[in-house]
Amino acid sequence: MSKVKNTEIPKFKKVCEILARYNNDSSKLIPILQAVQDEYRYLPEEIMTFIATSVKIPPASVYGVATFYAHFSLEPKGKYIVKLCDGTACHVKNSIPILEAIRENLNLNEKTKTTPDMLFTVETVSCLGACGLAPVVVINDDVHGQMTPEKALALLEDIKRKESVQ
Amino acid sequence: MNNAERRIIICAGTGCVANGSLKVYEEFKRILGEKNIPVTLEFKKEEHNHDGIRISKSGCQGFCQMGPLVTIMPQEILYTKVKPEDVNEIIDTTIIGAGIVDRLLYVEPATKKHCTGPNDIPFYQRQSRTVLKECGFIDPESIDEYMSHGGYEQANRAFTKLSAKDICDEISFSGLRGRGGGGFPTGKKWELTRVQPGPKKYVICNGDEGDPGAFMDRSVMEGNPHSVIEGVIIACKAIGADQSYIYVRAEYPLAVQRMRKAVQDAYERGILGKGVFGTVNKIDCEVMEGAGAFVCGEETALIASITGKRGMPSPKPPFPAQKGLWDKPTVINNVETLATVPLIMKNGAAAFKKIGTEKSPGTKTFALTGHVSNTGLIEVPFGATLREVVHNIGGGVTDDKGNITPEGFKAVQIGGPSGGCLTKEHLDLSLDFDSLRSVGAMVGSGGLVVMNHQTCMVQIARFFMQFTQNESCGKCVLCREGTQQMLALLDDIIEGRATGETLKLLETLAWAVQKGSLCGLGKTAPNPILSTMKNFRAEYEAHVFQKRCPTRRCKALCLPVIDAAKCKGCTACVKQCPVGAITGERKMPHVIDASKCIKCGACIKVCKFNAIGI
Ligand SMILES: Cc1cc2nc3c(=O)[nH]c(=O)nc-3n(C[C@H](O)[C@H](O)[C@H](O)COP(=O)(O)O)c2cc1C
Ligand code: SF4
Ligand code: SF4
Ligand code: FES
Ligand code: FES
Repeated sequence: MSKVKNTEIPKFKKVCEILARYNNDSSKLIPILQAVQDEYRYLPEEIMTFIATSVKIPPASVYGVATFYAHFSLEPKGKYIVKLCDGTACHVKNSIPILEAIRENLNLNEKTKTTPDMLFTVETVSCLGACGLAPVVVINDDVHGQMTPEKALALLEDIKRKESVQ
Repeated sequence: MNNAERRIIICAGTGCVANGSLKVYEEFKRILGEKNIPVTLEFKKEEHNHDGIRISKSGCQGFCQMGPLVTIMPQEILYTKVKPEDVNEIIDTTIIGAGIVDRLLYVEPATKKHCTGPNDIPFYQRQSRTVLKECGFIDPESIDEYMSHGGYEQANRAFTKLSAKDICDEISFSGLRGRGGGGFPTGKKWELTRVQPGPKKYVICNGDEGDPGAFMDRSVMEGNPHSVIEGVIIACKAIGADQSYIYVRAEYPLAVQRMRKAVQDAYERGILGKGVFGTVNKIDCEVMEGAGAFVCGEETALIASITGKRGMPSPKPPFPAQKGLWDKPTVINNVETLATVPLIMKNGAAAFKKIGTEKSPGTKTFALTGHVSNTGLIEVPFGATLREVVHNIGGGVTDDKGNITPEGFKAVQIGGPSGGCLTKEHLDLSLDFDSLRSVGAMVGSGGLVVMNHQTCMVQIARFFMQFTQNESCGKCVLCREGTQQMLALLDDIIEGRATGETLKLLETLAWAVQKGSLCGLGKTAPNPILSTMKNFRAEYEAHVFQKRCPTRRCKALCLPVIDAAKCKGCTACVKQCPVGAITGERKMPHVIDASKCIKCGACIKVCKFNAIGI
């Protein structure tokens, strides 16, 4: 496990605030982890240990919860999280070719989900509840419906262009 | 509400927002302002503004695919696929004038009829929207608006006039069955919890909705969140609980946000908190966001999740009614179930029983998706038929290009991963809890996926198996390992390695997983396989014995062969084949070398004489 560096102290300040908001209550572990993940975009290992000590449960329990739920990520995610829906509605409307096109474009696969420049993370989800618009791709919070591989690639290109300008 | 009030309602459900409805809303605001047309943006109950036009955002109206939707009230004109550029014309023609912008109306694909509003659109005409009635028409973020429609009157009555027993009796008498999948009688569940001893009890509203392809609970939470809270409050009174939780899945940020706002507003009005409706009672309500585990929809797993643990199911009994959250008696109900409660209280159990079938009273919302012309959120009385839903409300089956094909219907998958596949034979089956169960399907949470002829049923079974295999919590060996093995067997079928033995094994394993799993996830995991094996046996056999996928979806099984009698030796296929698998002399029948062929199908498409098939 990595040692806590001095430069990371501000990190802990945020966690302390979050823990205080939930009264260090172990039954609030899930909302605590959610708030922490909102802050850092993933759950850094040393922070999980810190939480475990603060709410007085074994680190293994925190780790157990963090790995059980799909929403939690133990690895940093890219700036743009591309979620491709592969729920039933999207699947029957050919969501897989879209996924393949996106992965190919970003040189990712089932195991490597994030691009080395930390710009994109690609994941699949089972139903975003916008099935009327199937197939659906969500990039961060923006829902894009009635997707095709071409339209999805155009979205990626837009982002890349915007990012290279900045 | 004053009928004369002019309103522009812009759908702000997830679907329409994705299609750009917020921009349309802004444009309305801007142009109405510019033209100095008085607009009432805030709803004020006491003030019926005569010439004021109110713009409001609504929740999902179910017709998402045609969004952004703009409804002009009171004429009830529905404009579809509205873009910001259209706004000026709508204002000039319909708001200032009294005309209709014809090109924005919905055109029925089959008849080419231009429909002016929900009243003449078959998609809406044939539904009975009761739970969904206000969704898409009231502003979900305004508690005043909910109250001006009689909202919270039933909760008030429950607290000030009725006893807990009265409420349980009324709900029992109505015959309401849980909409979360199992169809357990709600009144009975409440009564069981009510009679438990002890002062501390809980109500949990299950808004986890993890089923792929389902979004009805989302729509209710986004479109009419107060109706859910009112149901929760009535349930609290009915069982004697003072604390409630609304568990919403994390993938639904808008639903979380709207539920949170609604709860907060209800607190501010004294509808939640201490001294509800002027009584000595207290009701607390907390919205909790899930973290992405399908199995958490299961009651005992949901309880574990609320206490901050891994959402693993535990054996029943004890049932949550006896020993639930923090070991106290707990009622868990689905969102739609709870949203139905105030309606039953308002109209009476007798009126509720008149709708639907004898054993499944009331209406059910379904998420109608897949290969139909009108996908969306629908609500029909129990007892409606699939034919009605697919052909009349859904507007017919479409091919892969989206065109209506009269002969295209192949199957509908109903009830999500716990459900089953039905075929043409079942088109006239009554949609209700018992009849669906009798044919190996389930109402489930209400996913209804229509599939056309181009869909491979083995692949659909595999799709659901993959889902349950991913989502198994891993506690039971049969669920954890069995789903994995079933998936592998399906892969054998799809990739051409299967034998007759594979089919037998699949059936044995399916039976074992059903029997040996602890919770509903494992118990129902084999349903999609069993029902497709039963209803589409020939398709499985083609895969297994002839190594052929009738729909050409399974790439490994699509070895083309050239029919020598039809082949003219034109060499078109030779030129097309990327791997040089086709040989033959000009004007002589060609042949395909099976060992070289990569089954891309290019030769089939290019052959003018239909000489190549699989
Ligand atoms: C694996 C699994 C997932 C479930 N998911 C949900 C769900 O997302 N929403 C829901 O209301 N019920 C779900 N249920 C059913 C609930 O456990 C429970 O029966 C239901 O919420 C009870 O409410 P009702 O009586 O109002 O239907 C699920 C059950 C299982 C076994
Ligand atoms: S049946 Fe499956 S999901 Fe349910 S408890 Fe067992 S392993 Fe977990
Ligand atoms: S399917 Fe493709 S690879 Fe096989 S023979 Fe035809 S063109 Fe060649
Ligand atoms: S299946 Fe993709 S949004 Fe529901
Ligand atoms: S989101 Fe507008 S109709 Fe569904």
